[in-house]
Amino acid sequence: MENQPSTYNDQVVRQFALMTIVWGVVGMAVGVLIAAQLLWPALNFDLPWLSYGRIRPLHTNAVIFAFGGSALFATSYYIVQRTCHVPLFAPRLASFTFWGWQSIILAAAITLPLGITQGKEYAELEWPIALFIAVVWIAYAVVFFGTIIKRRVQHIYVANWFFAAYIITIAVLHIVNNLVIPVGLWKSYPIYSGVVDAMVQWWYGHNAVGFFLTAAFLGMMYYFVPKQAQRPIYSYRLSVVHFWALISIYMWAGPHHLHYTTLPDWAQSLGMVFSLMLLAPSWGGMINGIMTLSGAWHKLRTDPILKFLIVSLSFYGMTTFEGPMMSIKTVNALSHYTDWTVGHVHAGALGWVGFISIGSLYALIPRLWGREQMYSIKAMDLHFWVATIGVVLYIASMWMAGVMQGLMWRAVNEDGTLAYTFIESLNATYPYYAIRLLGGVLYLGGMLIMVWNVWKTIAGAERPVAQPVVTTVSA
Amino acid sequence: MGVVRGLLTLVMIIAFAGVVFWAWSSRRRKDFEAAARMPLEDEPSDKERS
Repeated sequence: MENQPSTYNDQVVRQFALMTIVWGVVGMAVGVLIAAQLLWPALNFDLPWLSYGRIRPLHTNAVIFAFGGSALFATSYYIVQRTCHVPLFAPRLASFTFWGWQSIILAAAITLPLGITQGKEYAELEWPIALFIAVVWIAYAVVFFGTIIKRRVQHIYVANWFFAAYIITIAVLHIVNNLVIPVGLWKSYPIYSGVVDAMVQWWYGHNAVGFFLTAAFLGMMYYFVPKQAQRPIYSYRLSVVHFWALISIYMWAGPHHLHYTTLPDWAQSLGMVFSLMLLAPSWGGMINGIMTLSGAWHKLRTDPILKFLIVSLSFYGMTTFEGPMMSIKTVNALSHYTDWTVGHVHAGALGWVGFISIGSLYALIPRLWGREQMYSIKAMDLHFWVATIGVVLYIASMWMAGVMQGLMWRAVNEDGTLAYTFIESLNATYPYYAIRLLGGVLYLGGMLIMVWNVWKTIAGAERPVAQPVVTTVSA
Repeated sequence: MGVVRGLLTLVMIIAFAGVVFWAWSSRRRKDFEAAARMPLEDEPSDKERS
């Protein structure tokens, strides 16, 4: 105990925080490119490396695992030290997770445009990269749980429970979904076949949503919302109950991705019922986060960081209401395979994951570089409004496009033939693709404002000073 | 299998009730109040503030 370094290890947090912003800009720029390709197909320039089918997985991998992943590494390393009152366990291993994760991202950025892929959504990377992901992830688990074990406060703070669930579950999901037989350096086949393969893939896929994009970001929320509002958590009991409910129910929701396929009917219904139940623990988290602000509502008017955090919770609430509705089989019959799904995902990704990360980074970056606050409060405010308008344009256009597509595809003439050809529905979608592109451009523009603001904040800072470990022992 | 499934459902319901009961028991109250304040008390400057 006495020999412990007396300062927190924030070097790796700073590295991940900066790369979050870099990968955010890159991933969203690729998103804007593919949105533009849907409007103007010539933008693939007839190059295979720029074709939509290869670039879209690059976009999803970049925003989820590079942007979102780096944000989670940064905040989980920061939060676990602050709430355990000890510096990180195994600092060199922590450094390895940074360089390892960045090299995985680079490998993805090279192999995906080359067409090297397993063809499974959000699990595209081929086996050598997948293997290295497992190694880096286990190193992450050692650093995180090592820090928890050597903590100097008795209680394990709720944010750490969410991070712990995310780290363990992602390890299990990633390894099980990547059990493959390699037939060459860059080619492999899954050990599962047919509908079992599909079920394993969507068990993985939906839990990537549930644990990577939800539980982990709730961990971020449970630290930065109380911190920024300077209020204790509204109900700590609720946080405990909704944590256990959320992680136990999410596990079973995957089959809703396979409605009306060859997956047995009972499995589809099971997925639907569990998805409907998810509404309760999801809203438990949303209510707990928003109500933490009670008694400090006036701060929303002046603090752009709180605006980001609270609006992100609103989008979380909207998305977790929409999700269970879309999992109902009859609703899914209309929504599935349309742009409604794309709108739903982006309400979660841009609204919830993006906003909670941006708000947390704005709170974190001045602390990491020893500044009072960000360089420009006005620029944060501008970022907030530009991004909010961007998200609203994006999801509203995709809702309209999706419902329209669903209705056109199911419309039949009196003799039972289809009323519309597919190309007619595509033609009708063009105006909405234009609005979606505008929304994406605005959201990316907001990120560029952030880059400038962060640059100014850091450029004016002295050499970052290591922060002393808090010595009070709270019960 | 049917009996096993039914029992498992029962066990899960009892486990959930157990978590709720545990979280709401009055013995947890003081610990939880302190835990809810943890993010506010993790920096040296926080101590001066409060």
